[in-house]
Amino acid sequence: MRTNSTVQPRVSRFISALGAFVLAFGVLALGTPAHADVVNAELPFKISGNVQNKGVGIPAVSISMTGPAGFVATVLTDADGKYTVGVPEKLADYTVTVDEMTLPDGVAVIDNPATEFVEASVQTVTVGPGGRTTMNFFIGQGERKTTSIFDQVVQRLISGINFGLMLALASVGLSLIYGTTGISNFAHAELVTFGAVATYGLVALMGGDLLWLAIILALVLSAALGWGQDAALWAPLRRRGMGLVQLMIVSIGLSLGVRYLYQFFIGGSTEQLPGSDAERFALFGSVTLSAIDIASMSISVILIMLFALWLNRSKVGKATRAISDNPGLAASSGIDVDGVVRIVWIIGSVLAGFSGILWAYFRPGIRWDMGGQILLLIFAATTLGGLGTAYGALVGSLIVGILVESSSLVIPSDLKYVGALVVLIGILLFRPQGILGRKERVG
Amino acid sequence: MSSKPTSSSPIKSTGLHVGEIKPGVAKKDPILIADGVRRQFGGLVAVDVDHVEIPRNAITALIGPNGAGKTTFFNLLTGFDQPNEGKWSFNGKSLAKVSAFRVARRGLIRTFQLTKALGLLTVMDNMKLGSTEQSGEKLSASLFPFLWTKKETEIEAKATEILQRFKLDTKKDDFAASLSGGQRKLLEMARALMTDPELVMLDEPMAGVNPALTESLLEHILGLKAQGMTVLFVEHDMHMVRHIADWVIVMAEGRVVAEGAPDEVMKNPAVIDAYLGSHQDVDLGTVTGRITLPKISKEK
Amino acid sequence: MDILGIFLSSASFILAPTTIAYALATLGLALHFGYGGLLNMGMAGFMALGAYGYAIGVLTFGLPWYFAAFVGIAASIVFALILGIPTLRLRGDYLAIVTIAAAEIVRLMLLSSAFGGVTGSADGLSGFNGPGGTVTNPTVGAGGFNEGNPIPEGVYGFVPFLDNERTWYLRIVGILILAIAIFVVWRLVNSPWGRVIKGIREDEDAVRSLGKNVFAYKLQVLIIGGVLGALGGLMLAFATNVNSSVYVTSLTFFLWTALLLGGAATVFGPLAGSIIFWVLQAFLGLLFPALASVGLMPFTTIQAAQIKFIIVGFALVLLVVFRPQGLFGNKKELTFVK
Repeated sequence: MRTNSTVQPRVSRFISALGAFVLAFGVLALGTPAHADVVNAELPFKISGNVQNKGVGIPAVSISMTGPAGFVATVLTDADGKYTVGVPEKLADYTVTVDEMTLPDGVAVIDNPATEFVEASVQTVTVGPGGRTTMNFFIGQGERKTTSIFDQVVQRLISGINFGLMLALASVGLSLIYGTTGISNFAHAELVTFGAVATYGLVALMGGDLLWLAIILALVLSAALGWGQDAALWAPLRRRGMGLVQLMIVSIGLSLGVRYLYQFFIGGSTEQLPGSDAERFALFGSVTLSAIDIASMSISVILIMLFALWLNRSKVGKATRAISDNPGLAASSGIDVDGVVRIVWIIGSVLAGFSGILWAYFRPGIRWDMGGQILLLIFAATTLGGLGTAYGALVGSLIVGILVESSSLVIPSDLKYVGALVVLIGILLFRPQGILGRKERVG
Repeated sequence: MSSKPTSSSPIKSTGLHVGEIKPGVAKKDPILIADGVRRQFGGLVAVDVDHVEIPRNAITALIGPNGAGKTTFFNLLTGFDQPNEGKWSFNGKSLAKVSAFRVARRGLIRTFQLTKALGLLTVMDNMKLGSTEQSGEKLSASLFPFLWTKKETEIEAKATEILQRFKLDTKKDDFAASLSGGQRKLLEMARALMTDPELVMLDEPMAGVNPALTESLLEHILGLKAQGMTVLFVEHDMHMVRHIADWVIVMAEGRVVAEGAPDEVMKNPAVIDAYLGSHQDVDLGTVTGRITLPKISKEK
Repeated sequence: MDILGIFLSSASFILAPTTIAYALATLGLALHFGYGGLLNMGMAGFMALGAYGYAIGVLTFGLPWYFAAFVGIAASIVFALILGIPTLRLRGDYLAIVTIAAAEIVRLMLLSSAFGGVTGSADGLSGFNGPGGTVTNPTVGAGGFNEGNPIPEGVYGFVPFLDNERTWYLRIVGILILAIAIFVVWRLVNSPWGRVIKGIREDEDAVRSLGKNVFAYKLQVLIIGGVLGALGGLMLAFATNVNSSVYVTSLTFFLWTALLLGGAATVFGPLAGSIIFWVLQAFLGLLFPALASVGLMPFTTIQAAQIKFIIVGFALVLLVVFRPQGLFGNKKELTFVK
């Protein structure tokens, strides 16, 4: 029997707790002295510099950067006008742009008074063999070029939809597996990484021209991994009647083991898939898109539509939904639960694998722990939509994707995942059935 | 009003109600009164009780077909679920918005349909957990054994005494998980007694119990009344209800449809209708009875 | 290949500060999960708050080390309250996801350059253990942890415990804290209070129906276990610099491995599990590269050094499947019931 826990004034408690939290960090923030604003500090190479007007640093100027393999970063200067950006590659060119909208009124980027080089708000710098380079901007009276707020919002929105669709591919699989087996599968992150790592390995074998074949083979391997995982591990544990908590811890162990297995094979560095440096072309204003972005979004949409067709029309798809609704009833009405769960593992793995390939282009780059980086976002998306409901996972992913990408318009970009995690916690507290889930009957 | 527990023919308490018998009839000495208690799940109204009173120091059975809302009503009365509206009081004090553990502290103890023996605690620990007002359960005092060892000894003596009565004393050092289903039901009831309750609410105390144990369980329920406690229990088995209940309340589709003394209530057309639909020629005891109590026929 | 050296280096982890730190945090997990049934997957967050609270207390507020240590502990209590008050009513696996997310929020906040002046963002913090002022803040008058060291300078002990006065001081303080912590937890779980929390682990509704304030007990468990986690974080901070890259979810998972190695519902299991975890980690981390370097393993030494982590993950799987009560736990009292 399940009973509803006592309904207490949860809302007010949560708000006061949140208040304390915000206050605690507010105090920290107030005490913050000048410090170079740093983004991507985990990357090995650095571009740094300052923005100054007659030797006085200008704070809170937005500087954006693009580089090889679709690298994009945005940073705000600190109280002294300094900034530092970690970049993934040396011996490469980066474009550094000052967003003149964020400069004080009536000033713009001017020539360096010392060298009298002609300077503009958009600069190309080369990170040399030393791995570090400096790019200073000088500000004075002048005309400015602007990126409108509208353009920024549109750019973030497109980025968010792209990211959200990629998350959706991973989270519908996680959601289906949770729905049919009850496992909170932490090792789903490793299925995501697998797609990217397998593609990378196959490209290394067959050459970059056969990328399409490498992707297809990687997905076939993902399917095999999903099948094998269920056959070798999860199905036997199901038959032993192992509890959900144990299953969750098993998935955590599996996640750790497999993650380090990837590191064993590909090392700790970031590698690129072919085509990741595809040219970005302007859509309108300053909004840009690359061919990879367009391909990524279209294939995601097609895959999700195929998946929806499968779930709604096919016999197995219907059985899957029946099991998610009521496993006992489904089993007693003659559905082969083990067989359906096996197929769910295969489909979930293929979708996660493909999501990993897209994530490799979006990040950009392949790393042994790339799946782990978005695991909690996948959980957030799945939970937001209602654990165990596939369409909910899709909607949840889009919301999380857009939230993450657009939040960096308002909060520091290195805190962009925090917003999604706060949403995850909030949803679990106030609407654990998710935005699309049904409220269970209790008692 | 009290009776000595004998397996053959327990003495029934009579004259519990005031005025004409109908659903929601007033009682001479009610211990629990519920008024307009309503609980909805989405569109489904699970419980919609206009008025009901539970008589003190008597055994009241709450019966009704599956899905009648009996367990939900139990959950609402004991604070394990909150109704959408309504008020209810215990010993004249309102229990609305009182959390489950506070309800229990006021002397209203319940058991569960699916037995909740604490499997990886020993039988003795299960019992000791039932005892109230233990200073050693406070975090601050728990670190200093001299503050609570005396109380522990007292509790242990009391627990041993109750366990003997329930014939579980030989099992006291075993994990509760190792007990049979029926023994767990007994343990749950024994544990409830450790709290010195006034009103014991038993949710299907006989479900899943080995017939050999049923009689002893019935005696224990009668024993509770003999000790001055009030019992409210949910049961499907009409033989059993007839055997031990002083008063019967019938629920169907969330409402109280009938009340009365056991033999009268079974003849009520509303009850027969709720249970049997059109097959109204069958005896309710035969339909619902899982076990046979041969002594019933003698009693009639 | 120096087999003896590998053995001795591994043995030095028996009572290394890191081992003690793990043992403290794992003891907290044992109280949370083994006794109280709370699935805390965010222990790394509690440790981070202990470590950073202390470091920030010394560096930013100029507190002496013992007050700064209390800042770390207080931070973990506040975290437990913020986390526990709204979430302790959630189902077990939901609590796991909430705690893991909350610990990540803590880590990302500490990593963020938004608070870099206090937290050192990606560089972390250092120089807070030294006597007198610190490198980053020379005006701070109060001393760090080593200020209180009464042991004269020098090298003491015997192989594999041949260490300088700082390590010995840290080891002694650590063992004292750990001994007190183990005693307190032992006392707690063998009291009527412990009986209630074990009851909650088994079935909280049953305990509620007996008139116990389940929520208050769970909150107490969360706080005490969290403080043990913060003490673990403090030990790590006393030993070396703090950096947010240490307090990742993998750390929590390593603690779980140590917990399940030793036995979740035991008092000495966390210590035993942490010792086994670290000694094996050190041993395998030295052995495999050594084997690889002399050509006995067909890997590079870097690859060989990774193998130990792969083993940790699969060991966790095998433990849960084949020996859920841990190496020292009682088969009957294994904690996975639901």
